[in-house]
Amino acid sequence: MVPLWAYLFLSAFLFAVGVVGVATRRNALVIFMSIELMLNAVNLSFVAFARFLHSLDGQVFVFFVMTVAAAEVAVGLAIIIAIFRNAETVNVDEVHLLKG
Amino acid sequence: MEWVLFLIFGLVAAAAAVGMVLQRSPIYSALCLILALFAQGGLYILLHAELIAAVHIFVYAGAIMVLFLFVIMLLDLRPEDRSPVRTNPVGVSVGLILAGLLLAELALGVGPHIALGPRGVYDFETVRAVGNTQAVGRILFREYLIPFELTSVILLAAMVGAMVLAKRKLE
Repeated sequence: MVPLWAYLFLSAFLFAVGVVGVATRRNALVIFMSIELMLNAVNLSFVAFARFLHSLDGQVFVFFVMTVAAAEVAVGLAIIIAIFRNAETVNVDEVHLLKG
Repeated sequence: MEWVLFLIFGLVAAAAAVGMVLQRSPIYSALCLILALFAQGGLYILLHAELIAAVHIFVYAGAIMVLFLFVIMLLDLRPEDRSPVRTNPVGVSVGLILAGLLLAELALGVGPHIALGPRGVYDFETVRAVGNTQAVGRILFREYLIPFELTSVILLAAMVGAMVLAKRKLE
């Protein structure tokens, strides 16, 4: 049986890739996808812990994370569309409306 | 056998995630993420979370990523002509150092020596006797009923918020 730490390593790696994506990409949509990747990495460790601790609460938590992620995507993409409409770009380096 | 499947799904997920960050075109990034999500669904099945695996594929690959692809096509984004990542050395190094530290900390914290706390009552045989969906549903609608109902408020707020934000002009 694959041990718990293997899943946790994979989850940590996926999370770290998501962090790199958020910190280094310019395109707001790809930054958003990286956030989704991070949420999924956490989901993976939730399910792995649920399996190895003989508990189903982790799986229930994954449902709530998915619900929040779906809501977040709907609102976030609407914000990105609104930004694109105003600034004609989704490059986060060129969007600085709030800069003083 | 389980190790083989784990390695296949895990390597595909990891490679697709790295590809998502490195891809120049947002469409290819989205397709890479879909591949990573499918591989992760396979890992859920390996972990005997069949319901989660199915919901994961439906919600992420089916709904969320299709929404992403719609928005990418709606905005008609061109592949970035410059490098897709920041060329600013401070931004890149901060990102890489942050990720390296995080990975190192997690690797130190969760090595093979990891000790698990007290086990719950839902071991593999118990869950298999009633079925994964029934077992999860029973917990969801008994112990987590109020949070479950509250998520409907989140979804309603998100629905209203998305419509208001994406509308062309507020009257």
